[in-house]
Amino acid sequence: MHRVKQLYEWLDNRTGVRDHIREVLFENVPGGSRWRYVWGSTLTFALMIQFITGIFLWMGYAPSGQTAWESVYYINYQMTGGHFLRGLHHWTAQVMTVLLVFHLMQVIIDGAYKAPREVNFWFGVILLKLTLALSLTGYLLPWDQKGFWATKVATDIMGGTPIIGEQLKLLVLGGADYGHHTLTRFFALHAGILPVSVIALTVGHIYLFRRHGITPKKPLKGSDEFFWPEQVLKDAVACLAVLVTVLVLHFSFDGAHLDAPADPSTNYPARPDWYFLFLFQFLKYFPGHWEVLGAIVLPSIAMTLIFLMPIIGRSEKGHKFNLGLLFGILVFAGILTYVAVNQDRNNPTYLASKAQAQREAKIIKEMAANGIPPEGALALLQGPKLFAQHCASCHTYGGENGLGNKVTDQSAPDLKGFASRKYLTELLHPKRFNSPEFFGNTAHAKKSKMQGFLEDEFDGIDDDEALRNEMNQIIKALSAEAKLPSQTKMDLNDKADIQAGYELFEEIGCVDCHALGDWNADEYSAPDLTGYGSRGWLMGIVDNPAHERFYGSKNDRMPAFGKDEKLTRKQMEQIVDWLRGQ
Amino acid sequence: MSTEDNFSDQESQPEQPDRRGFIRGASCFIGAAVGAVPMTAGIRVLIDPIVRKNSESEKAEFIRLAELTELQDGEPMKFAIVENKSDKWSRYTDVPVGAVYLLKRDEKVIAYNTVCPHLGCFVDYRKSENDFFCPCHDSQFNLDGKLTKGVSPRPMDELVVEIRNGVEVWVKFERFKSNTKEKIVI
Ligand code: FES
Repeated sequence: MHRVKQLYEWLDNRTGVRDHIREVLFENVPGGSRWRYVWGSTLTFALMIQFITGIFLWMGYAPSGQTAWESVYYINYQMTGGHFLRGLHHWTAQVMTVLLVFHLMQVIIDGAYKAPREVNFWFGVILLKLTLALSLTGYLLPWDQKGFWATKVATDIMGGTPIIGEQLKLLVLGGADYGHHTLTRFFALHAGILPVSVIALTVGHIYLFRRHGITPKKPLKGSDEFFWPEQVLKDAVACLAVLVTVLVLHFSFDGAHLDAPADPSTNYPARPDWYFLFLFQFLKYFPGHWEVLGAIVLPSIAMTLIFLMPIIGRSEKGHKFNLGLLFGILVFAGILTYVAVNQDRNNPTYLASKAQAQREAKIIKEMAANGIPPEGALALLQGPKLFAQHCASCHTYGGENGLGNKVTDQSAPDLKGFASRKYLTELLHPKRFNSPEFFGNTAHAKKSKMQGFLEDEFDGIDDDEALRNEMNQIIKALSAEAKLPSQTKMDLNDKADIQAGYELFEEIGCVDCHALGDWNADEYSAPDLTGYGSRGWLMGIVDNPAHERFYGSKNDRMPAFGKDEKLTRKQMEQIVDWLRGQ
Repeated sequence: MSTEDNFSDQESQPEQPDRRGFIRGASCFIGAAVGAVPMTAGIRVLIDPIVRKNSESEKAEFIRLAELTELQDGEPMKFAIVENKSDKWSRYTDVPVGAVYLLKRDEKVIAYNTVCPHLGCFVDYRKSENDFFCPCHDSQFNLDGKLTKGVSPRPMDELVVEIRNGVEVWVKFERFKSNTKEKIVI
């Protein structure tokens, strides 16, 4: 303790820090400490959380079209503690918006905006706007569907500003379209210009607050007190409450949401964050070019009125008007928000696309865990999207259409995990081969030689260990043909089994219909299994299943996607790579 | 909290010292606690590279680099190592990750990592001197990899070579810790 004191003395001697601390701590609180004075401190605290968490997030964030979503994904799902850090930042931002409203309410109700505190009130209003700007810019940075579409609406509104609109939009987006520079600009605003402005104004705000002191709520509750320690404790407890609220929100919503990456080609129900919902709803009542009225003119009038409050509030009547205006706006915003939420809740189209977006988000996050190609995460989703569009009318993927929708009228084999050992274990089971999940609903099901063969050779496989072992070896051999990335290790370890399976393939007579590697004959009645499930094999069958190497004239309904130019080579590769888990 | 001592003389309110002490303690404690949460959350993410199990660097595998016939006897030749690589969220296929010198001497092939064992610069092969020369701090190595002049703590890092099927040169590409006397794989 002595040492610390000495150090403090030394520091004070050089800097005069003691006087400053005293000035802060022994500020007079007329009438004693009260809970209603805590809002400013809670906001400062929230701001501090945002600065700290923001800087750490910054260390992992990479603003560009191909890295923004990807880096946020990495922070959120791969880095130790990243999920929590991002959750803190996100939920503190939400809570801060509410605190801003509380602070504004307290200031107006208590008349703290009146002379001589006008300038400080204006500082506060600007700070409010800056904070909202921070929310708006931060919303885009993850570059996910939600942020992308919401911001698109916001910037389109901006583009509608009379006279300067188009130029302003170009300036903000960094070009005619959304892209790299939109992100770099938003990021510079969000992490540079806006926070620095907020710090500067907050310093001014607090300085002016100190200059004029607290606006005591009459009647006074007791005798005057110093700020320290009674009011400090109340402030600290309030900050704790803020933090607890943030934590509760974080844990009950499982952190901050991350949608699928921004995709201009999919429909997505654009909605702003909840605190802008009322403005969004408001716009619905202004058709066509009246939009400017709802989006810009009326909000500007409201803002101007708020700005003029200290002047309007000079008379008692004016103060009443201000109170009325404040509550009017709040109630109005509240009602509009409710209407917006309610409309969405009862809108099946909205709900459906929201659910679809959520499924896509889930799918892409699972895929991203294996690494993202340099083109960005959006490329990963092309495989399942193309599958849903072109293949899922017959095939399924784990009972779904590739994008998470259940399929009930499946008429061709399920392709999830195609050619993997697990897949073949199911497929080659005598009781499963002709089930609807596999060939049951295809033309091959009728008088299927394969089904007959399985029944002859592997009947009772479930109870017969020797049979099962044989089958397993064949499966390993066949599956090794696919060279699946997920099985590289297994294939390497099971060389002996694979060789045995390869030989069994001939021995038990698969080779009477199928070719495999060196097992070859002049004529085959069933698909060539050389390279079965490999990239080349799959590309081949998608290109033309009626090629003699595959089903030949026995091809059921599968189109020749490549040969008939229904899909480009690139698209076929995207589907095939996705099926193979690449 | 030293500040408490300094401020106790400031006021003389007729309250029980117990209550005042509690309020002060509680204020400081809560204040520190709420500040610590975001700070800890941030630092936890910051030190991710230290705490994470190193999943990014996979075990070195043999890579096929050349055919014996491509190499000239007694003259080192440089080959780029092209590998699949993952970097944080990204997965790249076939990107250059380093290079090796292959030196054939009477049917035996020696491979050196081109990275200088001193502080990691790229070592050149000087044809005029027929030696390896690091341009950063002027370390020189002869074709055996031995340091002939300079500051490097150890000879050039030799890599394991396998000749497969009589003609294919395969090299196990590994990286080593810089500036240590021993060769330590990283
Ligand atoms: S890095 Fe090569 S000599 Fe220093």
